[in-house]
Amino acid sequence: MGLELVTTQLEKAANWGRKFSLFSYPFVTACCGMEFMSVAAPKYDIARFGAEFPRFSPRQADLLMIVGTITEKQAPALKRVYDQMAEPKWVIAFGVCASTGGFYQNYHATPGADQIIPVDVYIPGCPPRPEQVLDALMLLMSRVQDARGHSQLRHKREKLVLEQQRAAGALEE
Amino acid sequence: MADLKTLVLGRKDVQDMDEEQELPSELMTINMGPSHPAMHGTVRIVLTVDGERIVKGDIQPGYLHRCFEKESEHATYTQVFPYTDRLNYVSPMINNVGYAMAVEKLLGITKDIPRRAEYVRVIVSEVSRITDHLTCVGASAMELGGFTPFLYFLKAREWLYVLLEEVSGARLTHSYVRVGGVSKDLPDGWMDKLLARLDEIEAVMVEVETMLNNNKIFRDRMAGVGVFSKEDAISFGLTGPVGRACGIDYDVRKDFPYSIYPELEFDVPLGTTGDCYDRYLVRVEEIKQSIRILRQCARQLPTGPGERHIIDDPRVALPPKRDAYNTIESMIRHFKHIVDGIKVPAGEAYTFVEGGNGELGFFIVADGTGRPFKCYVRSPSFVHLSSVEKTMHNHLIADIVPIFGMINMIGGECDK
Amino acid sequence: MSQKVLDALAKKFGDAVERTETQHGDEVAWIKRDKLVEVATWLRNDPAMAFDQGMFVTAIDTLDLRRPDANGAIRVVDLEAAGATRFEVCYQLRSLRHRHRVRLKIRVTEADPRVPSMTGLWSSFIWQERETFDMYGIKFDGHPDLRRIYLYEEFVGYPLRKDYPKDKRQPLVRRSDLPSSES
Repeated sequence: MGLELVTTQLEKAANWGRKFSLFSYPFVTACCGMEFMSVAAPKYDIARFGAEFPRFSPRQADLLMIVGTITEKQAPALKRVYDQMAEPKWVIAFGVCASTGGFYQNYHATPGADQIIPVDVYIPGCPPRPEQVLDALMLLMSRVQDARGHSQLRHKREKLVLEQQRAAGALEE
Repeated sequence: MADLKTLVLGRKDVQDMDEEQELPSELMTINMGPSHPAMHGTVRIVLTVDGERIVKGDIQPGYLHRCFEKESEHATYTQVFPYTDRLNYVSPMINNVGYAMAVEKLLGITKDIPRRAEYVRVIVSEVSRITDHLTCVGASAMELGGFTPFLYFLKAREWLYVLLEEVSGARLTHSYVRVGGVSKDLPDGWMDKLLARLDEIEAVMVEVETMLNNNKIFRDRMAGVGVFSKEDAISFGLTGPVGRACGIDYDVRKDFPYSIYPELEFDVPLGTTGDCYDRYLVRVEEIKQSIRILRQCARQLPTGPGERHIIDDPRVALPPKRDAYNTIESMIRHFKHIVDGIKVPAGEAYTFVEGGNGELGFFIVADGTGRPFKCYVRSPSFVHLSSVEKTMHNHLIADIVPIFGMINMIGGECDK
Repeated sequence: MSQKVLDALAKKFGDAVERTETQHGDEVAWIKRDKLVEVATWLRNDPAMAFDQGMFVTAIDTLDLRRPDANGAIRVVDLEAAGATRFEVCYQLRSLRHRHRVRLKIRVTEADPRVPSMTGLWSSFIWQERETFDMYGIKFDGHPDLRRIYLYEEFVGYPLRKDYPKDKRQPLVRRSDLPSSES
């Protein structure tokens, strides 16, 4: 009982730290990049949320911002960037192209980045207003705090399965 | 001392190479991109390098190929406007104007566009040109280590975005221009706000120029880098600020004047050396010229009850909203316009305007229906990018950053 | 605007020029394929022509295209009558010195979509021809590096041909846990 309490409290504390220091990897491909610049620039100032510093190496980042259209040619690169990121990691689809493909429904644009990798938060808009981006960031922060990010959930699930297997193994023995 | 420099920097030029002293070296292949922080868009370069020196660079665009042509073949003439916005998303208004002019040419109504609409088009185009150059210069300065100019210019760009939003309703992808004019008139008092902002932008320009023009680091990285001779530039079809930096005296606004540009006074800045620093200077000067044009437009803009913002032609323009709600003829006209699109007579036309990066052309083949049969865009970024392969030969890897920055390669426009 | 270019072309290369026309202020000359390089070289080098900049290359897929015929009537292009020349390759040229422009058109068939490359005359066509090859499958003879430029090597077909469906995707990678909805 005591140990469980400590671990849950520890996780909460860790998540609290994580949510205020999201290091983002901007996977900028298209028009939304202009708005992404605006979000980082003085007026909207993403620094207020502790997510201002873009890491241009996926290995140092924990938030992948998919900014713009993902095409079939780009998809393998996106997958590789995502795979290189260390757990736990979060993904934001910035703009309607990254979310669903938007009005680009054709032979070379993928219908959303979630065809390639799992996405936590979708931001609608073509391109989204900077306020929307900040809103999405706050939404993601609450998810991080509640441990509802996709990689956090996956981690939990895998742990559970492992425990079950262990329990089953112990019974058989 | 010179030896120390060689030791630290390696050899800078080929002519400094001494064959005998060189250790036998092997060429190495490095992959750059497609997701690279210093690339404005997404482009992949497969570099073959000898130490730091680039022997060969295979540039591979296409990571943002969003099929502009195929999409526009399936959209009505009016529906193509949002796609043109997303070609060069740093100066969308100019793309709108270029496309609208191509359709007007096919319709044969180029001469009938109301004067006020022409002025509004030029005003929004020049505002867009300023945002384009501000972004290009600011982002390049940031990539070379100067973060402050980037923040200053983005602040200035933000002012213009707010103004354009007031006009069109969108910050970035405006879709403001229509065939035959513009979608709505300028709001009251907008020109005064613009003029006030122009004064502030001029102040920002002075600040940034003081920071950059004689900055040693900035000059060292820009001057003499990416030099292009005039002959090569002509052969590669370079236009716009990049072409003018090489000394090509060509500006569509002057040489094939369209809209009301013949009535406006402005200068075309020309470079002499064709290196990145000249391209920077040309862009900075063009911002000032655009401000000059805007001030003239503010004085000359026709106002009054009779001035229309869109052509009064039932074939082309939507009926006024009030009529569409109240009379059956206007409602049918509205419906046919939206569902079938503007009927453009069969034929083909090529129209070009001076875009933010150079000659931006639209080649449209019409087949008499409401949808273009083919809508090709001659995008300056694509043409300019094809020259980079030659430009960056014998440069250092670090030089790719200013070269790309000053080419101002825009993914949407380059890959279409 | 530059009718004299068309006149000079017709005068110099009588039979190589199939026909000339002016549409909406654009001068168009239809050139026979085997004479293209000769005509283009002259256009570039002759001081009165001096077409020093190549603006763009593209192709028109005339499948189901409705355009005015010789009598001015609008009808679907009859490919059989035109000798099955489905594609029209367009070269837009411009002279910086004389400020005039011309568009050269070459008609090729679907079975033999070959055009001599003009990359030796205008360097800007290196990528432009690659793009036309990528989108329409026109093969440019003598091009130094004819590869796909926008699409990836694995892509089958030429997307801007009229018979390529707009939304026929050829995915390279998909998530493994994706419900199979995409075709």
